[in-house]
Amino acid sequence: MAWFRKHLLTFAAMVTMTILLLPNVVVAIYSFNKPNGRFNVELVRFSLDAWKHPCGTSGICDSLSLSLKIGLTASLVATILGTMIAFALGRHRFRGRSATNLLIFMPMATPEVVMGSSLLALFLNIGMSTGSLAILIAHIMFCLSFVVVAVKARVATLDPRLEEAAADLGSRPLTTFFRVTLPLVAPGIAAGALLAFSLSFDDYIITNFNASPNSITFPMYVWGAAQRGTPVQINVIGTIMFVVSVAFVLGGQLVSARRARAAS
Amino acid sequence: MAGTRATEDLRLVQISKEFETFTAVQPMDLTVPGGSFFALLGPSGCGKTTTLRMVAGLEAPTTGRIHIGAKDITATKAYQRNVNTVFQSYALFPHMTVLENVAFGLKRKGDSAAMTKARQTLDLVQLEQVATKKPAQLSGGMQQRVALARAIVNRPDVLLLDEPLGALDLKLRRQMQIELKRIQSEVGITFIHVTHDQEEAMTMADTIAVMNKGRIEQLGDPATLYEKPASTFVANFLGQSNLLRAQITGAAVDGVMPASTHDHDVWVAADRVPDGLRDVWIGVRPEKLRLGDAGRNQIKGQVTDASFTGVATQYLVAMPWGFELMVVQQNDGSPRAGVGENVTLSWDPGHEFVLDQSQAEDAGSGLVDG
Ligand SMILES: Nc1ncnc2c1ncn2[C@@H]1O[C@H](COP(=O)(O)OP(=O)(O)OP(=O)(O)O)[C@@H](O)[C@H]1O
Ligand SMILES: [Mg+2]
Repeated sequence: MAWFRKHLLTFAAMVTMTILLLPNVVVAIYSFNKPNGRFNVELVRFSLDAWKHPCGTSGICDSLSLSLKIGLTASLVATILGTMIAFALGRHRFRGRSATNLLIFMPMATPEVVMGSSLLALFLNIGMSTGSLAILIAHIMFCLSFVVVAVKARVATLDPRLEEAAADLGSRPLTTFFRVTLPLVAPGIAAGALLAFSLSFDDYIITNFNASPNSITFPMYVWGAAQRGTPVQINVIGTIMFVVSVAFVLGGQLVSARRARAAS
Repeated sequence: MAGTRATEDLRLVQISKEFETFTAVQPMDLTVPGGSFFALLGPSGCGKTTTLRMVAGLEAPTTGRIHIGAKDITATKAYQRNVNTVFQSYALFPHMTVLENVAFGLKRKGDSAAMTKARQTLDLVQLEQVATKKPAQLSGGMQQRVALARAIVNRPDVLLLDEPLGALDLKLRRQMQIELKRIQSEVGITFIHVTHDQEEAMTMADTIAVMNKGRIEQLGDPATLYEKPASTFVANFLGQSNLLRAQITGAAVDGVMPASTHDHDVWVAADRVPDGLRDVWIGVRPEKLRLGDAGRNQIKGQVTDASFTGVATQYLVAMPWGFELMVVQQNDGSPRAGVGENVTLSWDPGHEFVLDQSQAEDAGSGLVDG
């Protein structure tokens, strides 16, 4: 009983991790399957076919590349804009500051269906056609809030005296920004950018509202394909995405662990 | 290294700073001689940091000009001024190593020997062994020395130190005071040291400016400030003072003037009395008062408290009119008095200072004569 109590936390953690990771494991296992028929729901026999031909199903790689393009562009633009907004909100007192603060939270609080449909209404009203550009604009819009929140938290902890010290030591404003300010805020910016990318890459609802037949993103493809059958390639790409993001997170933790060790 | 370069005077002319409605620094004139160790002393909130920030270029003065030598630097930006600051909070760059921190200023100037010079300066502050560490890995005293090294490596015209020893414990403080003094004489840069520790200012500085409420109350060398304070504020802020309410009762005779305090006749040195003043404070430092009747001026009282501090004994002696005088007697073998004992206190004319009675006697907090 004492032993059980002592290890309760470990036990709970393991159960949680299992529940969290099980779907990914299942996805990975099924990526090596060769199903009978169009639905990849029953393990039949081991095969590397899907891994050898990840683009083997028509449209899948087009949708993936569109999603990557939109994800990268949206996160890049949202990160740049969001960082600037975060600095403005964190550093300066200006009229409309609290209103901006509030509005920045709106996209996070609004249900996606509402946002998706109202964006569609907006685009139609101003005569803009749906498609990848509309999707991109929508993604930048909702990613922005997350970047602002992540960067602002970092800016708030930044000691303004460090920048004064840099100026005092003869550093011009631009040099100060790149040598002192940016490196110190970088973890927040990186977190915001990663979050923005994964939100954009993942989004289905808002994207679906504003898409056209030539702008099928990966989530839309998977959803559409699921009506007719689930190609094994979906599992392959899903597994790759999972491994890549785990690698990112581990890499990030390794860097910060090394920093923490150096700083302790 | 001292004397290898001409260090120029820093001159503040009618400099002032207003924040919205609050005047942090009243228009002030101040000349800091090149190569000197200058201390800016004053209570919290009196405008010391604001004055330094104006010299550093981190705050624009509301009025006035700042000159270094013949150059007027008022309009130049902080990064253009050859002035460096050791910040109250050190403000070391947390993402850089100690060496990178120290080399930062030289690198901005494109000095190709930045790293070598940074290492030499780390030697000077005895931190060569932690060059590759991050600031967070260092103790408070080490961080303070890094901040100092980061500033002096640039050989500025003026080095500003904003209470750099404030965060250190007493022992380390004393050690760093000696260190700072050594470094200053070694590099020969003008140091402006801000502090609200009067002892620190007196041990370190060639010249002290005592600030109060945005004004300079008095400027002078430590001994002058201590022996001849120009105001009750300075008298009470620099060490302890006994201020006796008194009237000058006659003209000078043989260099001394008669005065009366609470119906006791005393003599004060005539050259200490400002012209034409009648109602005065006579100030006597606790160590100038003696137990016994060896001095020419004598007052009787009763010991209410005696505390032995090792090198000295500190007494509180109640006067017949209720006021308590503080007396510090060196532990030199002379007989000690006990609590309740009736004693005679004495001092010689010339050991006092005389101030105008219209000043509040407790300015800067001190003993109050009823
Ligand atoms: N940016 C500012 N805006 C408004 N008031 C300010 C500002 N900076 C300083 N003050 C005020 O100016 C006065 C002087 O401040 P300063 O920092 O120069 O004091 P100080 O002598 O350095 O005190 P301390 O010993 O506590 O550091 C204070 O009353 C402070 O509240
Ligand atoms: Mg200050």
